[in-house]
Amino acid sequence: MNLLLNGDPISTDAETLDTVLAENGYADATVATAVNGDFVPVTLRATHTLTDGDQIEVLAPMQGG
Amino acid sequence: MRDFYGVTLDNGFMLGTAQYPSPAILADAFKRSGASVATVSLRRESGQDRAGQDFWALIKDLGVHILPNTAGCHTVKEAVTTAHMAREVFGTKWIKLEVIGEEDTLQPDVFGLSEAARILSEDGFEVFPYCTEDLVVAGKLVDAGCKVLMPWGAPIGSGQGLNNVFGLRAMRAHFPDIPLVVDAGLGLPSHATQAMELGYDAVLLNTAVAKAGDPALMAEAFANAIKAGVQARESDPMEPRDMAAPSTPVIGKAFLS
Repeated sequence: MNLLLNGDPISTDAETLDTVLAENGYADATVATAVNGDFVPVTLRATHTLTDGDQIEVLAPMQGG
Repeated sequence: MRDFYGVTLDNGFMLGTAQYPSPAILADAFKRSGASVATVSLRRESGQDRAGQDFWALIKDLGVHILPNTAGCHTVKEAVTTAHMAREVFGTKWIKLEVIGEEDTLQPDVFGLSEAARILSEDGFEVFPYCTEDLVVAGKLVDAGCKVLMPWGAPIGSGQGLNNVFGLRAMRAHFPDIPLVVDAGLGLPSHATQAMELGYDAVLLNTAVAKAGDPALMAEAFANAIKAGVQARESDPMEPRDMAAPSTPVIGKAFLS
């Protein structure tokens, strides 16, 4: 399955969002996620099934004014 | 000090966390500022360097209230989604709501802002809307559930100070019971003093401190200026008058001509 992770193309056999996150270095990280523009809370990542072409956004605290 | 959604702040200094030369200087500036609120944002995180994790650890160590923003959002959907993500990451219902409508001035899209404020307020968020001094818009935001208003002083990052003192004064008079924050456009501590003298409850700034040659010193200068403005307001300042009036007593003056 081909996905876009923070704008970069990735390929994975993982089916759920939490697995993709773990595969890409986000295990235990303080991040928030969205798929195709919709917020996916941490409590739903394990059951959120991905489909080919999904766009995943992984955001973390950053400097802001 | 008015409370902000039930939170009484130690002072009216809200300080941004962006554009500092280094994390150490950011931390030093906050220490010198005594600011009670830090604004933060959300951006894409790399799974390799995980820069956001270190930043978040630094911010938590500051021991201040956290006000996440929706900076860079141009649509209601973007802003609402970002707010949800921020609530989860930062563990706060506070959101500094920005819906930008114009690129050159970073002026808020007040229509989108009002709609997003309503959606978020109904969903339990405590919204700090970045708005203009337009009284009609401000009224819509209050109707939408906002219990704080944050009109701009001038365009974000411009350092021009209070571009519309009349409008800001009118806003203060029109919403006597709403906590008001001048957000954006301040460049000098005197601008902050002026805002507090007008009766504003806080100022929110970033660039003026972060881009100063000595950010920590400038942060302290702003802290002093905010305090001066509050003291001036509370000391019941004199009314300006058109004609001169001698301050030195005239009685007892010698006839020497």
